[in-house]
Amino acid sequence: MALLQISEPGQAPDPHQRRIAVGIDLGTTHSLVAAVRHGVAECLPDAQGRVLLPSVVRYMEGQRRLVGFDARAFQAEDAAHTVASAKRFMGRRLADLQGAAQLPYEFVDQAGMLAVRTRQGLKTAVEVSAEILATLRQRAEDSFDDELFGAVITVPAYFDDAQRQATKDAAQLAGLNVLRLINEPTAAAVAYGLDHGSEGLYAVYDLGGGTFDVSLLRLTQGVFEVVATGGDAALGGDDFDQLLAAWALQQSGCSAVSAQDKGALQMAARRTREALTDHAVATLHCPLDAGDLRLEVTREQLEALTCPLLERTLAALRKVLRDARVQRGDVLGVVMVGGATRMPAVRRAVGDFFGTDGHVRVLTDVNPDEVVALGAAIQAHALAGNAKDGQLLLLDVIPLSLGIETMGGLVERIVERNTTIPVAKAQEFTTYQDGQTAMAIHVLQGERELVADCRSLARFELRGIPPMAAGVARIRVSFQVDADGLLSVSAVETGSGVQASVVVKPSYGLADDQVAQMLRDGFAHAQDDMRLRALREARVDADRLLLATQSALAADGELLSDADRRSIGALMDRLRELSAGEDHDAINAAAEALAKGTEEFAAARMNRGIRDALAGRSIEDV
Amino acid sequence: MNIEDDDFRLFGLPERFAQDAAQLDRRWRELQTEVHPDRFAAQGAAAQRIAMQWSVRVNQAYQRLKDPLKRAAYLCERRGAPIDAERNTAMPREFLMQQMAWREALDDAGDSSALQALAEQVEQQERASHRQLQALLDERNDVAAAAAQVRALMFVARFRQDIEHRLEALES
Repeated sequence: MALLQISEPGQAPDPHQRRIAVGIDLGTTHSLVAAVRHGVAECLPDAQGRVLLPSVVRYMEGQRRLVGFDARAFQAEDAAHTVASAKRFMGRRLADLQGAAQLPYEFVDQAGMLAVRTRQGLKTAVEVSAEILATLRQRAEDSFDDELFGAVITVPAYFDDAQRQATKDAAQLAGLNVLRLINEPTAAAVAYGLDHGSEGLYAVYDLGGGTFDVSLLRLTQGVFEVVATGGDAALGGDDFDQLLAAWALQQSGCSAVSAQDKGALQMAARRTREALTDHAVATLHCPLDAGDLRLEVTREQLEALTCPLLERTLAALRKVLRDARVQRGDVLGVVMVGGATRMPAVRRAVGDFFGTDGHVRVLTDVNPDEVVALGAAIQAHALAGNAKDGQLLLLDVIPLSLGIETMGGLVERIVERNTTIPVAKAQEFTTYQDGQTAMAIHVLQGERELVADCRSLARFELRGIPPMAAGVARIRVSFQVDADGLLSVSAVETGSGVQASVVVKPSYGLADDQVAQMLRDGFAHAQDDMRLRALREARVDADRLLLATQSALAADGELLSDADRRSIGALMDRLRELSAGEDHDAINAAAEALAKGTEEFAAARMNRGIRDALAGRSIEDV
Repeated sequence: MNIEDDDFRLFGLPERFAQDAAQLDRRWRELQTEVHPDRFAAQGAAAQRIAMQWSVRVNQAYQRLKDPLKRAAYLCERRGAPIDAERNTAMPREFLMQQMAWREALDDAGDSSALQALAEQVEQQERASHRQLQALLDERNDVAAAAAQVRALMFVARFRQDIEHRLEALES
């Protein structure tokens, strides 16, 4: 079982090397960081013992910022410069945003992604989120008194490519090494599955502050297979609050015009909604510019008001069951995730949906605020090579179909939704005009037929096609979605070999040079010397690579010819030598050279591993 | 065992139409457990790239083997009768008549129970076609007839998708 020897995550190349890996739930309302300590996943508290970090950043005079509770305290008073729920703006344009007028911010629609105008200039959701992530990173490093090896960051299953990429950009800005983006419902199931040792089909109903996800997972001996996923990336507890706030204004005849009023009212609405979880009646009280708003609200009133929102979640649930081609009765349990699932009406509706005979368990015993971060921590622990049994494996799917624009503004789907990732698919297209030498490729995500109804992810051009009659050129467009759910696209004219490709990124989020610019601007590292930081990172990466190569040589060195072995040895020596110096670019280049130089070796080891894993099975007995 | 192996060989399964779905699922999970990039997360970029290629390859084979229609098409191709649906559009008359009748039924179906009844009818037809494919491919090795059956089934599958879209539209 050579493959197990080389791949067993339980065996880090160097057992003495501690690898601290955390799970981060970057939430709409609040965020958390968790880690596995002494074999148990736990959320890491701040200095005051609080595990939740409100996802709020306040931009003050000078270059000062407040993050978390300190920022939230000013949400009413300094609403325009105190950015909350930034997750809802991730990878979005202004046109995507519902209810923007209700929010106390001045939005600016920039190329790619909208920004909020603050006294420190324009801030995108990526920058706001990076502040939150950097705060959590600091918290984790303080807890362990050590640097982090990496983090698993959770995203709503229904996040599209733009939103996922934006999340990864934010992590990069915060100086985090992203081990993997995983879907929130999947993380929740991991936290539950390991505790309960469950097998079978489970649903995860995740109603967070700003997003709603539903996923169907099959658990089999440590493999978490997402069968189907769906939801609504713009539906959450915030929407319940907004409905309640609007209703309260209407009932009382008050108006909230200023940013401060809007901010205060939204917070008052949330407090009232939360109070109605345990009480039948609550008072919504909010000081406004024109006087106090005071209104008694019953739980029945809230439930009647928000019933349409709940119905939207159930429609998504029905759709996911149909996508998976399973019946309600096949589901063994429903994991409830997200603070908004504390609402009695939500639990009741989900329970009723699956039938009241008690066949389906509604699982609420892990704190719904923490469960996602805990699951992410377990996965991070395994990915960092710390888990003793490397049996946990997540097989996730792509939530929305991917395709390209064809004639007439129609979308030709190339990768269907709910396809297991990683995945690669190619399709052939042709030219429609005689002598056509270029082809524009427009990449889209969504389920609708028309380009206008789908999200545009990227545009690029394949140029230099040799002139041919219409319909003769063979243009092969390949989509590749990696295990984080991120897409890259390439196109090639198969006759001439002319190529073009794009990592789907620049048309929305931040181009690499923009990220680099922000890093240079001292984002989140104002006191850090960037050059020293880069050098330290380059050395850590080099050490990691050298260790991995060494252990690979020890395990499977006999696969190499003497000449190959010598050339790998030379590359390793070169990297060691440069690592002792000060030039981080040179270290990175030597590391890249070693990585390239060992690629064939890695392929040979993988092939042998697979062969060995299957050895002893003939076609007849499998 | 090689990344270029055919799907059946890669999964260690007999090359035929009839397959045990549970066994196929199990083999897929076993293979992914060996090759998924997450198994190599701590081992550098080269291992990640290779693992990704393997994982993609395993998923590709799984998608093809799992779906009876794709599996049949794959077998036809391997046995020298490519489907080439774009160039083979001729269909038997009774088949076309039935398609028209179904299309009319879809247009007339006003509620979800009528749609579901139609879906059930279509699925029955699909199951019957799968049985025929098994006989054609595994017993008689009549590849040309199997390829024709696959082409007809492609229409049926598309029609079933249309029903599902209508159901979705009704619910949202």
